[in-house]
Amino acid sequence: MTAATLTQAQIEERRRTRRTRRALLAPALIIIVAISVLPLGITFVYSFLKPGTYGGVIWEFSTDAYVQFLFERDIFDGTLQFNDSYLTIFMRSIGLAFGATVGALILGFPTAYFIATKPREQRNLWLFLITLPFWTNLLIRTYAMLLILRDEGMINLTLMGVGVIEKPLSILYTDTAVFIGLIYTYLPFMVLPLYASLEKLDFRLVEAGYDLYANRWRVLRHIITPVAKPGIIAGCILVFIPGLGAYITPALLGGGKKLMIGNMIAIQFGSSRNWPFGSAAALILMALVVIALLIYARAAGKGARAHG
Amino acid sequence: MSSRPAHADHQAQDRRNTISARSLVKTFGHGETRVTALDNIDVDIRENEFFTLLGPSGCGKTTLLRLIAGFELPTGGTIELEGKDITALPPHLRPVNTVFQNYALFPHMTVAENVGFGLKMLGKPSGDIDARVKKMLSLVQLEAMANRRTDQLSGGQQQRVALARALAPAPKVLLLDEPLAALDLKLRKNMQLELKSLQHETGITFVFVTHDQEEALTMSDRIAVMRDGAILQIGSPKDIYDRPTHRFVADFIGDINIFEGTVESTEGNQAKVRLRDGETVLARMPEAGTSAGSCALAVRPESLRIAGPGEAAALEGTLENVVYMGAAHNLHLRLGSGEELVVRHGGSTEGIDLSPGAQLGVVIAPGGARVLA
Repeated sequence: MTAATLTQAQIEERRRTRRTRRALLAPALIIIVAISVLPLGITFVYSFLKPGTYGGVIWEFSTDAYVQFLFERDIFDGTLQFNDSYLTIFMRSIGLAFGATVGALILGFPTAYFIATKPREQRNLWLFLITLPFWTNLLIRTYAMLLILRDEGMINLTLMGVGVIEKPLSILYTDTAVFIGLIYTYLPFMVLPLYASLEKLDFRLVEAGYDLYANRWRVLRHIITPVAKPGIIAGCILVFIPGLGAYITPALLGGGKKLMIGNMIAIQFGSSRNWPFGSAAALILMALVVIALLIYARAAGKGARAHG
Repeated sequence: MSSRPAHADHQAQDRRNTISARSLVKTFGHGETRVTALDNIDVDIRENEFFTLLGPSGCGKTTLLRLIAGFELPTGGTIELEGKDITALPPHLRPVNTVFQNYALFPHMTVAENVGFGLKMLGKPSGDIDARVKKMLSLVQLEAMANRRTDQLSGGQQQRVALARALAPAPKVLLLDEPLAALDLKLRKNMQLELKSLQHETGITFVFVTHDQEEALTMSDRIAVMRDGAILQIGSPKDIYDRPTHRFVADFIGDINIFEGTVESTEGNQAKVRLRDGETVLARMPEAGTSAGSCALAVRPESLRIAGPGEAAALEGTLENVVYMGAAHNLHLRLGSGEELVVRHGGSTEGIDLSPGAQLGVVIAPGGARVLA
């Protein structure tokens, strides 16, 4: 009898905790569904439909969008021919995003280290300065970069004034301009996570490294870098992924001649009026990123296990 | 005051100096916030000795250690290692290793990788490194832990890894910065003995920093007592304890009674000192300087005992308190001058009136009273 009532009470209790748990999870679930699952679902569905003549989609199943990514259909006999123009845009985007990530790491690491080694009360000021660009619209900042990079811009005028070059370097509307713009835009995303992990670094470990016959370079390589690894990874992901999908930077600094994936997708939804192909390109991009991250996670996991 | 040790050592003068520091000065900050951490220090640390820097926090002992390691550069003066000037040499070029207070083990490496790190940086072949790491780990009895991560070890084990890591490259000097401070009492006692025997086995010069006078007395061949950036006295534990030359040294190490007095007359190294309550006491003069006039007189509690019946007492006081210490009693007496006197009475207390307020005579053991410089 007693045992039975106890069980009854336990069941009731369990039911109640389950209900509370569900209620507490609800906001998170709503957000995930509304901003992640739903838009992705729409994109996924659209990618398997046919394009409408004036934009939008025709509700007919088709895999044309994915075929179009790699092949071109001959207008006359309808045979498929390999076409690498979209692939080239993808490859260039990956290359630029990768380059920008490496560039941001090279610039961001010393910056983060510099801030992390400042006295505690000064660090906030430096972090504030790092985040200051976010206070201005990205579009405005990119236009400002355009003014700096153009033929009569600050860089060229300075270099010519000093006498290093005679003719202006044409940086604007090249991959270099996009590359510089990407680094500029995403550098704070590299510095902040790097700072977070370098700040936690026990500088006595650095001293221990010096004490055990490691020079500066080796202390950096064998002690600081491994300890800062989580920050390096987070920073690289935070720069590479948005860099890959960048839109404003290549549109303005690349002058529309040098497309990146973001611009190509935008064109599909705009002037090309091919929503299914735009959706497919977006999903292919996402798949590539996810695969890259999974490969990385597996390699890192294996490394950690080998260590442990 | 000059930090040149007042008491020169004559024993073992033939042993070579491993570390020689001359007129070492270290200041931090500028202008009004300028702090002098080391004030014109001269010190010689001999080959194969266990040398301890002892003093309260802020006395400059850790700064001196960091200068020897090369983490800080001196503001003035020179440091020589086996006769070679290493004053400006960066830490990774000095054959000196450090055991850090918090151990500073590399968290991303295994125990074996930690121990082998110095050898790897010296470019030793990996076979040699493995053999040496194995030997070091067996020296500190951690062979079984070679592949553990450092955060899986207890405090005492981490301490041993830090020790093995610093000893592995066979440095000329091992610097230890309060390495036992984080351990509990029992472990600390064991590690004190282990450190001492390790120093013996390896034949490496140890420079040990501590604020714990008992630790210093137990382990050291020689002790340098520091205060306010200066070395007050250098000597063997026995020298420092029995023959303190400075009031601070006497007070800092062990229990001691210190009285104000006046030197009335001197004969050889004996002085007749008149205390404030009018009694005169025979005391030994310090080697350096025979300052007549007012002086400080120091007597260890264990150099005192209660006078037996009919025995001539050197001092007399009123009993205020008795503290039972196990092997002895600490008797707290109030002298006529109002000064307190602690007597460590070792033997039986039978026949002694231990009721509060009892008038007791005190005998000073021969040579037990010293005039401080």
